[in-house]
Amino acid sequence: MKSSGNFFHLLRQAASRNYSLFFIDMFLSERTHVYIIHSKIPADSSACDKIIKDRAMIEGIFVEGLIYGIMVLGVFITFRILDFPDLTVDGSFPLGAAIMASLIISGYNVFFALAAAFLGGVAAGVVTAVIHNRLKVPNLLAGILTMTMLWSVNIRIMGNRANLPLLKNETILTDIVSWTEGIIPSDYTILVFFFLVAMAIKFSMDLFFRTDMGLTLGALGNNEQMVISQGVNINLMKAIGVGLSNGLVAVSGAFAAQYQGFADVGLGTGIVVTGLASVMIGEFIFTSNKIVVLTFRVIIGSIIYKAIMYLGRYYGYHIGLTPNDLKLLAGLLIIACLMIAQGKKRNYFRRWKNDQA
Amino acid sequence: MIRLENITKVFNQGTVNENTALRGINLRVKEGDFITIVGSNGAGKTTLFNTISGSFQPTTGDIFFNDKNVTRMPEYKRAQYLGRIFQDPLLGTASNMSLEDNMMICYKKGFKGLKISLNSKMRERFREELKALDMGLEARMEYNVQLFSGGQRQALTLLMTVLSHPDLILLDEHTAALDPKNAALILELTDKFIIDKKLTAMMITHNMSHAIKYGNRILMMHKGEIILDISGEEKKNLTVEGLVKKFYNVKHEELTNDELLMSHE
Ligand SMILES: Nc1ncnc2c1ncn2[C@@H]1O[C@H](COP(=O)(O)OP(=O)(O)O)[C@@H](O)[C@H]1O
Ligand SMILES: [Mg+2]
Repeated sequence: MKSSGNFFHLLRQAASRNYSLFFIDMFLSERTHVYIIHSKIPADSSACDKIIKDRAMIEGIFVEGLIYGIMVLGVFITFRILDFPDLTVDGSFPLGAAIMASLIISGYNVFFALAAAFLGGVAAGVVTAVIHNRLKVPNLLAGILTMTMLWSVNIRIMGNRANLPLLKNETILTDIVSWTEGIIPSDYTILVFFFLVAMAIKFSMDLFFRTDMGLTLGALGNNEQMVISQGVNINLMKAIGVGLSNGLVAVSGAFAAQYQGFADVGLGTGIVVTGLASVMIGEFIFTSNKIVVLTFRVIIGSIIYKAIMYLGRYYGYHIGLTPNDLKLLAGLLIIACLMIAQGKKRNYFRRWKNDQA
Repeated sequence: MIRLENITKVFNQGTVNENTALRGINLRVKEGDFITIVGSNGAGKTTLFNTISGSFQPTTGDIFFNDKNVTRMPEYKRAQYLGRIFQDPLLGTASNMSLEDNMMICYKKGFKGLKISLNSKMRERFREELKALDMGLEARMEYNVQLFSGGQRQALTLLMTVLSHPDLILLDEHTAALDPKNAALILELTDKFIIDKKLTAMMITHNMSHAIKYGNRILMMHKGEIILDISGEEKKNLTVEGLVKKFYNVKHEELTNDELLMSHE
């Protein structure tokens, strides 16, 4: 594939554009030559170090929390609303990134590319739902099938490459930054932009789940028989729900690709875990049955998750953790969440019993 | 209105577990009928309902709704004509959603679009309807249904079913999971709704005196067959002893089912 020199060039370019190095770091950690590059950074470019250290850390947490928050909203739909544990997302996240990057490079309008990424994600979700509905395959397996197939599809979309750099191209972000140039500093522009995007998606979702169809999707995860009894085709509903979820995940991937400046086929590894961990963290904050609160909670959860990962990565460096250990950290985080949730339930039960006595 | 012609249902056909649950059922349900169904455990009562609602297809025979053959129609499409209440109160409502959300979902049958129908006018309407239950639920419309008791949930399911005005209501021992007080309450409500709103219903019960007290027609099922079908004056004058005697005359065997005999009071 590419020489490490090329990677290093990418890195420098990213740093000079004030992009957070987090993504690149995550990305490089998937590669074997990661350590060569890592050892070079501190010696060569103190600029990179500085960026990570101050402003970029806080900014990165929020921006990435918001970008990934869109994905977590998708995961929330399948795991929590539909009760359809969907693993397609590990494939539809890089799918969104791949569609976005290759359309931008081919010179298409950036908003057209974003819409295409969304529709690509929807299609991936529908495939999973159809496999599950038609072949009566358990939803987990259906998701794994689609996810596996998407690996090849994503490489095809990127023109038989595993990675597509975007640093020389105009993206939605460079557009936005150039429009607001001189009015707001570019870092803030990006932060504000993603805040607005995440909120717009959140509020559309809130609205959707208040429609008759949205309410029915809410009931579907809880009581399929009831939904059937209302004369609703649950296969169609599942396709809509899982499609929508993966559409959001793909949009998240498309933004991630623009923010970090490349699309990569390995981008989706562990997305489900990230999404689920974020959802669970959010659930500790407050409980409610109002969709407005639930979606807000999801985004907060995503930001907190990113903060934990950032700190784990940044301070973990001093105790010998490498970026490769982050997935272990993510898994442990979920296990911790599950344990705390269980403890809570038990306490609740005990209290309830006492009340009865 | 609803017609079953020669329905049989064989489970696990061709295996050692082969089990014929329905044997040549013929039945006509007329509009306005309130049919009670009794029969020992395993007689095929639930299987009959599952076949009517389309949970599965009969092995042979045809089902007609208003002279339309619906034998191959999927369950969700048939649901447009049907209201169904199960023994388990959890099956009628979505626990993790509010009472008003549940009512909205059940308000109209069929495909749900992107309209926001749950507005203040609709809420007012639901509030009025809930008063009919006399359980104070109208003040708790934003509460999740899981906070309500089994009796309240079953009453709610009944109300929602009635409001959607189905052609036929199928009640499968819908008070059996409730305590006696709530069971009596729900049963009275059921009777009142069916008569007031001129609905057509079939109600499975294992309480013979209930089966005799309610409805205008009674069916007794035994080993996959309808062995008794009594209506009109004869139904009105029926007693538990009379029913047991009729069973004996038909089958020439003792009605040994403990449950069926014990449950009359
Ligand atoms: N889904 C099924 N698969 C296999 N056998 C079944 C199934 N449902 C019911 N049966 C069998 O059919 C017979 C009738 O059952 P059912 O209709 O539930 O009786 P009832 O409701 O009158 O007590 C029983 O022998 C039961 O074991
Ligand atoms: Mg039964």
